[in-house]
Amino acid sequence: MSEQVVATEQDLLLSRFPEVVKPDERKGYDGYIVDAKALLDFAKTLRDDLGYDYLSSVTGVDYLPEGKMEVVYHAYKTTGGAPLVFKVQVPRENPVVPSLVSIYPGADFQEREAWDLLGIKFEGHPNLKRILMWEGFHGHPLRKDWHEPYYEEEHKPYKSRWPEGKAFRAEDRNPFGKNVDYPAGFDPAKWTPDISDALIYEGLGRIDKPRDDLPTEQIIVNLGPQHPSTHGVFRMVVTLDGETIVDLEPVMGYLHRNHEKIGERNTWLMNMPFTDRLDYLSPMSNNFGYALAVEKLLGVKPPERAEYIRVIMAELTRIQNHIFAIGMFLNDMGAFFTPSLYAIEERELILDVFEAVAGSRMMVNYFRFGGVARDIPEDVMKKIHDLAFERLPRRIDELDRYLTNSEIVRARGEGVGVLPAEKAIAFSAAGPVLRASGVPYDVRRAEPYGIYDRFDFDVAVRYHGDVYDRYLIRMDEVRQSIRIIQQALKQIPEGPIMTGKPQYQHRVPPGESYGRVEGPKGELGFYVVSNGKGNPWRYHVRAPSFINLTALAEMTRGHKVADIVVILGSIDIVLGEVDR
Amino acid sequence: MSTDDLNSPEYKDKIPEELQGTVAITTLDRIYNWGRRNSLWPMMFGLACCAIEMICTAAARFDFARFGMEVMRSSPRQADVMIVAGTVTKKMLPQVVRLYNQMADPKYVVAMGACASGGGPFKEGYNVVSGIDKYLPVDVYIPGCPPTPQALIYGLMKLQQKVDKQSIKEVYSNAGKEIPIPVLGPDIMDPRDYEKIREYTLKKAEAEAQAATAAESAQSA
Repeated sequence: MSEQVVATEQDLLLSRFPEVVKPDERKGYDGYIVDAKALLDFAKTLRDDLGYDYLSSVTGVDYLPEGKMEVVYHAYKTTGGAPLVFKVQVPRENPVVPSLVSIYPGADFQEREAWDLLGIKFEGHPNLKRILMWEGFHGHPLRKDWHEPYYEEEHKPYKSRWPEGKAFRAEDRNPFGKNVDYPAGFDPAKWTPDISDALIYEGLGRIDKPRDDLPTEQIIVNLGPQHPSTHGVFRMVVTLDGETIVDLEPVMGYLHRNHEKIGERNTWLMNMPFTDRLDYLSPMSNNFGYALAVEKLLGVKPPERAEYIRVIMAELTRIQNHIFAIGMFLNDMGAFFTPSLYAIEERELILDVFEAVAGSRMMVNYFRFGGVARDIPEDVMKKIHDLAFERLPRRIDELDRYLTNSEIVRARGEGVGVLPAEKAIAFSAAGPVLRASGVPYDVRRAEPYGIYDRFDFDVAVRYHGDVYDRYLIRMDEVRQSIRIIQQALKQIPEGPIMTGKPQYQHRVPPGESYGRVEGPKGELGFYVVSNGKGNPWRYHVRAPSFINLTALAEMTRGHKVADIVVILGSIDIVLGEVDR
Repeated sequence: MSTDDLNSPEYKDKIPEELQGTVAITTLDRIYNWGRRNSLWPMMFGLACCAIEMICTAAARFDFARFGMEVMRSSPRQADVMIVAGTVTKKMLPQVVRLYNQMADPKYVVAMGACASGGGPFKEGYNVVSGIDKYLPVDVYIPGCPPTPQALIYGLMKLQQKVDKQSIKEVYSNAGKEIPIPVLGPDIMDPRDYEKIREYTLKKAEAEAQAATAAESAQSA
């Protein structure tokens, strides 16, 4: 985007909203600060007049020293380009912000998350309940003055353990010997758990709201969190009329592992291995996103060879994620485990590459700020070469031959779970889900990062927006990834793999940064705020699996019970990322 | 299994030589455990990253069908082993305990990976249970983050060795005993701890009240 365009955009916004919209002038910060009263009008202008139709990320930051709570929004144009960042600041004591769900429905879950973890109230939100923790949990855990039961200090490394290297069991310091704490004066005998939840666990809830034309009643059925089709611990509360889905409410948080709270205690580098465990099927992409975000703040650039290694690893990750997703998706369609066996066989070969370069099959912890941890040895390079030029293209064709025209895949996929393009954008769907709906939006093309602008590849796009297209698009993307790897293998130069010396402790200049990559599941973003110390002040993950689920209810309505499983499989969620 | 393994050593000489290939004298324990150890059906139950390695273990390259474990059951009623594969969160804990209660005896628990064994990298998290052994009896702990498929197979073989040593008399000794299901309160609550929780929160309230009065008197002074 040229300077000229930015200037006119800014002029337009500032002239249309005098007084209530100001540029954010803090050092290292970007975008606009919007008055809470003007937020809805501002967002409407962005969407309707300026073309920022895609709200990517909504999150909150607790600025405890200033006594402020800030909500940060990142909006994009689906035609590509840089984000427009806008913020709302409200007092910490009573943070109330108007909800943007009416303008950007994709804000739904993200606003609920901000309410759950930071206690920011979103006025006008249709369903402002906790989303990751349960109703009744004490406090809002991401607030800076909220302490977890095993609390020791604000920041790592803890003085009790470093530098002497003493270790102790946190359990021994807790009166219960467990990771628990209770508010003062609480009496368990008087406690009544959230009843709405308990009722659903009875298995069957009835709604006495008969349809006008038929004297039937609707029933509520609970799928999960222990259910073979949910790809982990995910739960769906489905309202049924006979076999037909009337409504569906996703319930998550069963794998909420507190990435963000732990991440804000950690030093910058300590977070790298934690990102592996977000979307544990594509660790290299997660590393990539976090490294980008912090490198923006640090102002370092990896050397050429490292850039190529990053691309090769990220694309290998995409391939293994997609073929695993296709295998599991066929599982959901009822082809129990046989297609998965084919998929896992190929995935194992890629995991071998990861193990050889990083030392671990899944949790690679491979990227560093300004490079990668280790170089690719010669024999592993040959292995990647064989995979990219020989084995993978052949095996993808084989999967294609077996599956794509299979009658079952077509019958259960075509026309099921349709998400039209405009709705996909409105719900902030990302990655294959968005592109299968006919929106050719790929971060690698829309806002190229790393060295993706050098490669020749097509943005895969399909136009029906149904389950079958979401399957096809993964096939297409695997082929494109193979193309990118082939080019990268030909171009990769010799040279160093790190800029500067490897170090454990980074001094990151104050400011905010949003690093995003096109992960296998969609746009994976890391929003980090630094206050110049050795730890991130805020560490937020824009998780594509989580936000893609916003559209799940829309996709399933009107279909049959058995289709839920297939539709969920076609979104390809990983619970580590949904719940974080 | 050859008859040599099946025979109890002390009876081996008592079998006439011509019948040694076809007749075995053994204890009920031995033959019962022989059947059980080779058909340990795991529950299809994944919590986090470790579940992916569990799937890989079931797949072609590692294939734990070789140990009679390929029949993964989604229903706890049909499963013998609960492989706790991943981080147990407080929100998920009531369901995990309920699933354990629903399994038929004899039942076993394998804590797969660092998180299930002791909280792992997420131990300090406010929603993480620091080890499933705080609530369920664990038979085998498998270290690793996540454990490789080889490690999982090794852990399951250790479980088979444990089964070998059990007697039919003790196998059902815990039958029908249920573990009280934790309740989601302001934090997770074990019903067995209620008395302790009340004592703790009362003490905490008193301490807070004292601190408040101390602050007040300091202010007025």
